[in-house]
Amino acid sequence: MSLFSKENGEVFKSPLNLNNPVAVQVLGICSALAVTSQLKPAIVMGLSVTVITAFANVIISLLRKTIPNRIRIIVQLVVVAALVTIVSNILKAYVYDVSVQLSVYVGLIITNCILMGRLEAFAMQNGPWESFLDGVGNGLGYAFVLVVVGFFRELLGFGTILGFQVVPDCCYMENGGLYLNNGMMTMPAMALILVACFIWAHRSINKEK
Amino acid sequence: MGLKKILDNMKPAFSEGGKLSAFGSLFDAAETFFYVPNETAKVRGAHIHDAIDSKRSIFFVIIALIPAILFGMYNIGYQHNLAVGVPTDDIFGQFLYGLGVMLPKIVVSYAVGLGIECAVAQWKKEEVHEGFFVTGMLIPLIVPVNCPLWILAIATAFAVIFAKEVFGGTGMNIFNPALVTRAFLFFAYPAMMSGDKVWVNENYMDCINGTIDGYSCATPLGQLGAGEPVTYDAMDTIIGTIPGSIGETSFIAIMIGAVILIWAGIASWKIIVSTFVGGALLAYLLPYEGAQNFEWWEQLTVGGFAFGAVFMATDPVTAARTECGKYIYGFLIGAMAIIIRVLNPGFPEGMMLAILLMNVFAPLIDYCFIQSNINKRAKRAVK
Repeated sequence: MSLFSKENGEVFKSPLNLNNPVAVQVLGICSALAVTSQLKPAIVMGLSVTVITAFANVIISLLRKTIPNRIRIIVQLVVVAALVTIVSNILKAYVYDVSVQLSVYVGLIITNCILMGRLEAFAMQNGPWESFLDGVGNGLGYAFVLVVVGFFRELLGFGTILGFQVVPDCCYMENGGLYLNNGMMTMPAMALILVACFIWAHRSINKEK
Repeated sequence: MGLKKILDNMKPAFSEGGKLSAFGSLFDAAETFFYVPNETAKVRGAHIHDAIDSKRSIFFVIIALIPAILFGMYNIGYQHNLAVGVPTDDIFGQFLYGLGVMLPKIVVSYAVGLGIECAVAQWKKEEVHEGFFVTGMLIPLIVPVNCPLWILAIATAFAVIFAKEVFGGTGMNIFNPALVTRAFLFFAYPAMMSGDKVWVNENYMDCINGTIDGYSCATPLGQLGAGEPVTYDAMDTIIGTIPGSIGETSFIAIMIGAVILIWAGIASWKIIVSTFVGGALLAYLLPYEGAQNFEWWEQLTVGGFAFGAVFMATDPVTAARTECGKYIYGFLIGAMAIIIRVLNPGFPEGMMLAILLMNVFAPLIDYCFIQSNINKRAKRAVK
């Protein structure tokens, strides 16, 4: 089977849309609520999860025939924990401020349901290349939802995008304008509602499928 | 019967396939608003039959709200005159001023809410439900005078969509939509919902530029929350000449509304009475620490307590439905509201949160009472 066959393309593409881990399977919601109050941490978090899912999938897929069935969860956890530690240290080294903002949530990637779900459901049955594609696809599908939610929360909650002010200063009420930032957008409760809106839009678009 | 004739003549254009069928739901709403529809529930089966349908019963709530609305308008003008430093006896002028402030809020709330309801009804091919007639009137009454209209519009849209339509529309909602509007305002725009500038209408720029600086318009609950002595005496809080949300200040006006609601059989007296009992008990047991010039029973007359107990807690959709459950439901609302007020410094007013919390618990209360009744009857059958 060629590397870029139609089946492999499907493995990569389906989690981006019709099988999206957040919007369709409703996995990984806790971190989607916790890190999306601004766009930058949301992007970093999405990329971290993508990298970890992809490489955890590859490693488990390579080991899948040697892992004894009864201790497979422990093996998977060890692999994920090692990868999370590596990513966490890389973040600390290169993007320290974001890693402070993400605080415990980088460490908590280890408990992200998407990871264990993909390892159990896909990597244990498929070859390393397919598993890699599946991991990247699922990670990007997750990152996409985070970015959309983070974009709206930062825009409406702080009036900024990636830290740059978008709403002009003169529009704010304290400067004589009419506009006020929506404080509820900065709370996790609103992230839940935004994720719900995303799911709503997603299902309306893909109604017949 | 002139109006009836006009409506009948217009009907074909609005029905399926007519020129204006896109506005069919709007027409249907107007027609059934004025006249009781011809179709009623079938006589056979388990339907409950009553002389009035829900549009007519909704009307009684609006009538019951009128005293609070009228007093609220007067109070807006009165507080404004106090703030700018020219108290007058011109009641009519003050009332007109309040009307001018209040009317845009009512228009915005109805336009946004009914617009969304009609759009959804048209989309789902259902009829427009009447629930929003009350919600749309309640919303302007429970917001601060200075609330900007665009914020009110966003909050109303949020409440109608996320507290009502996603659950399936009128009669299906878990939370009271008017209170969700207020909760949204409270959490999203805290600067517009607390502090001492928002309760009295004045040109917002005056406040910033300090033209009328030095005039404090804190509510009694705000003063209590901040540990300051209350500057209003009990009579003020009962009559309602205090700053506060537009409809909630006057205890007397709300009680007139309560009498109308109970007399017409729309609201459950059990909920109203037990809410006041719960509130009074907790207010007596749990006084503010070091509060000056404040009797424990004044807890029931200040803030939104009375308004919430009469118009919000009794919402038949979100309240408990078992008769015994209503006592528990009301009692816990009253008790919870006082507990939040006194013990949580972050929330000087607890009525909104207490009612929303008990909205969640109402089905559980009903479940417990229904189960216990079933068990009782089952035991009787065994004997």
